[in-house]
Amino acid sequence: MTATNLLATSDGVPLKLLLRRAERMNRLKSLALVAPLLIFVMIVFIAPIASMLAIAVQNPEVAATLPKTLVALKDWDGKSTPGEPVFAAFADDLAQAQKDRTIGFVGKRINYEVPGARSRFLKAGRMIDAGGVPPWKDKFLSADKDWGDVEFWTILKRAGSTVTPYYLLTSVDLRQDASGAIVHTQPDQSIFIDVFSRTIWISLLVTALTLVLGYPVAHLLAILPNKYANLLMILVLLPFTTSILVRTTAWIVLLQTNGVINDLLMLLHLESSRMQLIFNRVGTVLAMTHIQLPFTVLPIFSVMKSISPNLLRAARSLGAGPLRAFVTVYMPQTLPGVGAGCLLTFILCLGYYITPALVGGPQDQMVSYFVALYTNRDLNWGQAAALGSLLLFITLALYAIFNRFVGIDKVKFG
Amino acid sequence: MKLDVSASDAFVEFAGIQKTYDGETLVVKNLNLRIRRGEFLTLLGPSGSGKTTTLMMLAGFETPTAGNIVLDGAEIASVPPEKRDIGMVFQNYALFPHMTVAENVGFPLRVRSRSKTEIAERVGKALDMVQMRNFAKRMPGQLSGGQQQRVALARALVFEPKLVLMDEPLGALDKQLREQMQIEIRHLHESLGITVVYVTHDQSEALTMSDRVAVFENGIIQQCASPSELYEQPANSFVAQFIGENNRLPGTILSGDGTRCRVALADGTEVQATLTDSAPVGGPCLLSIRPERVKILPAEGSLPNRFEAEVRELIYLGDHLRVRFALAGLDFIVKVHNAEDRPSLDIGTRIPLGWRTEDCRALD
Ligand SMILES: Nc1ncnc2c1ncn2[C@@H]1O[C@H](COP(=O)(O)OP(=O)(O)OP(=O)(O)O)[C@@H](O)[C@H]1O
Ligand SMILES: [Mg+2]
Repeated sequence: MTATNLLATSDGVPLKLLLRRAERMNRLKSLALVAPLLIFVMIVFIAPIASMLAIAVQNPEVAATLPKTLVALKDWDGKSTPGEPVFAAFADDLAQAQKDRTIGFVGKRINYEVPGARSRFLKAGRMIDAGGVPPWKDKFLSADKDWGDVEFWTILKRAGSTVTPYYLLTSVDLRQDASGAIVHTQPDQSIFIDVFSRTIWISLLVTALTLVLGYPVAHLLAILPNKYANLLMILVLLPFTTSILVRTTAWIVLLQTNGVINDLLMLLHLESSRMQLIFNRVGTVLAMTHIQLPFTVLPIFSVMKSISPNLLRAARSLGAGPLRAFVTVYMPQTLPGVGAGCLLTFILCLGYYITPALVGGPQDQMVSYFVALYTNRDLNWGQAAALGSLLLFITLALYAIFNRFVGIDKVKFG
Repeated sequence: MKLDVSASDAFVEFAGIQKTYDGETLVVKNLNLRIRRGEFLTLLGPSGSGKTTTLMMLAGFETPTAGNIVLDGAEIASVPPEKRDIGMVFQNYALFPHMTVAENVGFPLRVRSRSKTEIAERVGKALDMVQMRNFAKRMPGQLSGGQQQRVALARALVFEPKLVLMDEPLGALDKQLREQMQIEIRHLHESLGITVVYVTHDQSEALTMSDRVAVFENGIIQQCASPSELYEQPANSFVAQFIGENNRLPGTILSGDGTRCRVALADGTEVQATLTDSAPVGGPCLLSIRPERVKILPAEGSLPNRFEAEVRELIYLGDHLRVRFALAGLDFIVKVHNAEDRPSLDIGTRIPLGWRTEDCRALD
């Protein structure tokens, strides 16, 4: 028996056991306390993210609608147009799909990879409804010779799998060609790399601007006597009291070609013609910077507030001039706040949607805009989910990089 | 007074300094103080009496509302803090938390663009001086209060300033460490020959460390004198009360002859006392008598003041006893040395007490 086992209470129960029992009670109690929040977070946060990740790779349309065709395609050599059995199975499936009104869905899914496929599917459906009889192959081919295209059948066969990398590949401007190799999409359809880099670039720019504008404000807030600091704090927080939509539309009023700022510039004869300040990058960055400023300022402020003014004084008394004291003693200690504020703003910026949509031009739309577009207009949830998932991965990756080089434990949010 | 410093002797001089923060109340009212080169001068006073403000004006972080400060023969009103060459130890050390101990101590040398080797050498010496060389690589957060204190001291001394200011540097330390640090600071002062202005509100600290102590209250120096003079000859009742313990008996000065006076207590008892500048003949006064200067059972006629008092309470403190008497209806504390031949003091008995004229001062 070891010494620790010998430690026991007078009635012979080992102390360790008692300790564990006591701790288990405490753990259960604290778990019960956080349980409501935990459940809430699970339901409104974890679950949607999980389902988004799943939707990004799910591919149910073809497998559900064309089961017989997929069976028939199993033995297809993939080199020439499939034979009559495949077309017969296809006609069978389409007849069923026509009845179930699912033909549009599968047509749309194939249409992502084979332009024009949707209308061909719908036409074929009508043809079958009209009461055709076998052999089907010739009928299909005479209706549209594209039904004989080998690549079409390759894609259809591949789309039969219930999971697909298609949406994720599209999100980074890649696709699988007929042989299954991963290649770049045609230049005219390659937009997402551009959108992602634009999203990151705008976010970086806005973060930098809020830092440059916000740092002195935070410093002022931290050193002013309370009565002035409170007033200034209200001004800093004022944007929070109006909705993002209201603030953004206010920018439209200010920035539009016949808006206040242009009127002022004309009045002062600073510009000979009216400037385009909105529906472009300038408007987007301006409005986003305005909205994000408090998020950057507040963590910096709260860290600055905790820095003793005596540190600056000590540096001065030791011989450092005001600037040197500020840079070598004060600024390094504000870094945790700077890190927190910038991280917060940057991550929030990555998800911006309304503001660029309202005050940006076509070249300023960020990832979220396309997520919304695919969700609402194109009803292409797979693509929307893939873009969302990718944005999530990028955010996590940037966070990991930040953590690696700065250390999240060194960051103070308040 | 014999300890007055002449203008030519003064290393630091405050002349007619006033300071107000809000334009309504004077935090420092008409401060006139001269500090000798190499002197250890302590500003002692209750909280809020303007000690830190005085120090900050000298260091250059606050500007006097009126008056001049002269340092080493030159007015310093327009000299920024970093040019004053004053080392300062702050109340909470103000070590730079993002720098190691060695970097902290090297900071004043780095801003003076000294060479790497010189910095390393002088930092090493300074850390040796406060016995902290083994901690050179630590961050301030990893040090105890006393260790941080020593680092702050080393940092304030490493660039050999002509003047060192310390604002309650030992306030956060426990009693034992504080006493140890008091001795260390005192030794450093002696071996380096620097001038030190030290702030504290702990009177025993002020008495043990200082050449002179300036007692502050309400922005006014009540008395500036050597520790023994402060204790033996307090200038007014605030100083008498603030430094050490005293018995205060209110009375009226009946007559005086320059150094001595006769004082009548409320019940008519007459006391022989020493006359001071703070109380006029014919006016009211407070008699101040230190508890250890009262003799019990004095021989008849040996002391000019001899009164009977009733024993009310005994507190046993080992080497001495504190005895509370009722004298002329007032509480009167006497410290009785716990010698083998001390008289027995039974509660309720009346015992004669006596004291010398020199030990009884008529103050305001
Ligand atoms: N920056 C300031 N603004 C306004 N009033 C101040 C300021 N600093 C100090 N005071 C006031 O000036 C008075 C003197 O303050 P000071 O700090 O000099 O006192 P102190 O003697 O150092 O006291 P303590 O022993 O508590 O440190 C106090 O009443 C304080 O409220
Ligand atoms: Mg103070």
